[in-house]
Amino acid sequence: MSTGTTTGARVVRVVLPAHLRAMARAQGEVHLDVAGEVTQRSVLDALEGEFPMLLGTIRDRATAKRRAFIRFYACEQDLSHEEPDAALPERVVRGEEPFMVIGAMAGG
Amino acid sequence: MAGTRVLVGTRKGAFVLTSDEARTDWKVDGPHFPGMEIYHLKGSTLNPDRIYASQSSGWFGQVVHRSDDGGATWETVGNDFTYDGVPGQHQWFDGSLRDWAFTRVWHLEPSLHDAETVYAGVEDAALFKSTDGGTTWAELSGLRQHDTGPQWQPGAGGMCLHTIIQHPSDPDTLYVAISAAGAFRTRDGGQTWQPINKGLRSGEIPDEDSEVGHCVHRIDMHPSNPDVLYMQKHWDVMRSKDGGDSWQEVSGNLPSDFGFPIAVHAHEPETIYVVPILSDSYHYPPDGRLRVYRSRSGGDDWEALTEGLPQSDCYVNVLRDAMAVDQHESCGVYFGTTGGQVYASNDSGDSWTAIVRDLPAVLSVEVQTLS
Repeated sequence: MSTGTTTGARVVRVVLPAHLRAMARAQGEVHLDVAGEVTQRSVLDALEGEFPMLLGTIRDRATAKRRAFIRFYACEQDLSHEEPDAALPERVVRGEEPFMVIGAMAGG
Repeated sequence: MAGTRVLVGTRKGAFVLTSDEARTDWKVDGPHFPGMEIYHLKGSTLNPDRIYASQSSGWFGQVVHRSDDGGATWETVGNDFTYDGVPGQHQWFDGSLRDWAFTRVWHLEPSLHDAETVYAGVEDAALFKSTDGGTTWAELSGLRQHDTGPQWQPGAGGMCLHTIIQHPSDPDTLYVAISAAGAFRTRDGGQTWQPINKGLRSGEIPDEDSEVGHCVHRIDMHPSNPDVLYMQKHWDVMRSKDGGDSWQEVSGNLPSDFGFPIAVHAHEPETIYVVPILSDSYHYPPDGRLRVYRSRSGGDDWEALTEGLPQSDCYVNVLRDAMAVDQHESCGVYFGTTGGQVYASNDSGDSWTAIVRDLPAVLSVEVQTLS
């Protein structure tokens, strides 16, 4: 995997599921300034900083772990089980591909 | 002219139903928060424009919304329900101990005495309080830390604190109910709690007279007579005349004493309503007939109210938070079903109409009487 290790602020594109876009009153992709290394944690920190109403909806408030029915995709890869501090793919860092927050498939 | 606002929480959003005092023509507004489970909405009696909504989702967790314009627009408020200290453990279905873990808010109860104060009853059972309109929450941990806490266990719906009643003249007296732990009372604002389950008899637990372990489904009170409490237990309809110190069964001639909600008439403190359900194995009305039962004597003697309700082939359920009364001179009674109907009576239950009938499954119904 090509990874990003940049230390400057980068603009990262994030795709949210419809329910979270509605809560954040966001249209389409969200563009975030991410300082330091671009990782799941730094992207989600920036997302929650910009949209505090999303606190607790992606990561559990108590444990800070990814909620069970949330997945993280980017560059056609499932990054859900990557370590939160692992660098995200370079194409996400460069803003060429979005970091996607997905509500897992479930139904009946 | 006075108005009526019915707040409906469903499996797939919230709905606000409005009418005038006649309550014959209704406007349906919604869904708010479309697609999301809305466990409960409730408005403040001190500021009717202030309404709280509990949104719970297996995907996105707990969210609390607040409206300050009667439900027209909403903002997200605090959802940090962190237990005070080390949460400890409670009984699990297999007899093992399980860590206390927050799942969702079942019930939001705005204070009767302060417009910025609101209480939240949560699963796993605990009581939280906010004094800033839901922005921040702090646990009243004396309840969860009661000596009996490790004996509490979940009912089939989870170990939920679902009923919160504040004394009308004493802000420090609160009653809560937990499935399946029982009823509890505080007289010091939530610092210390006493189980108030004497007289409850529950055949589902090894010691049917146990201090805790009872599956209380709902409690209600009339503000003019706050020492009298009415309870729909898993089985049995109960009444206390001494603020919960003791309970007596008043199931009387009900066709089944299993059910979920119980409500007290707005102006007649001894007139109460229940919706009998066949049993805990079936969760639908006896004989496929949806009947509200009314007692005008505080229980024991019950009459079936059927006019306008389906009397054949009806197999819906009415959940514990899905019944309420308004304060109009001719008392209105409302309930919602798991089939998506909201039934209303503008004549104390004598007759009923479905004011909306194809909503998602109804989880909660509350009413505001607007001047």
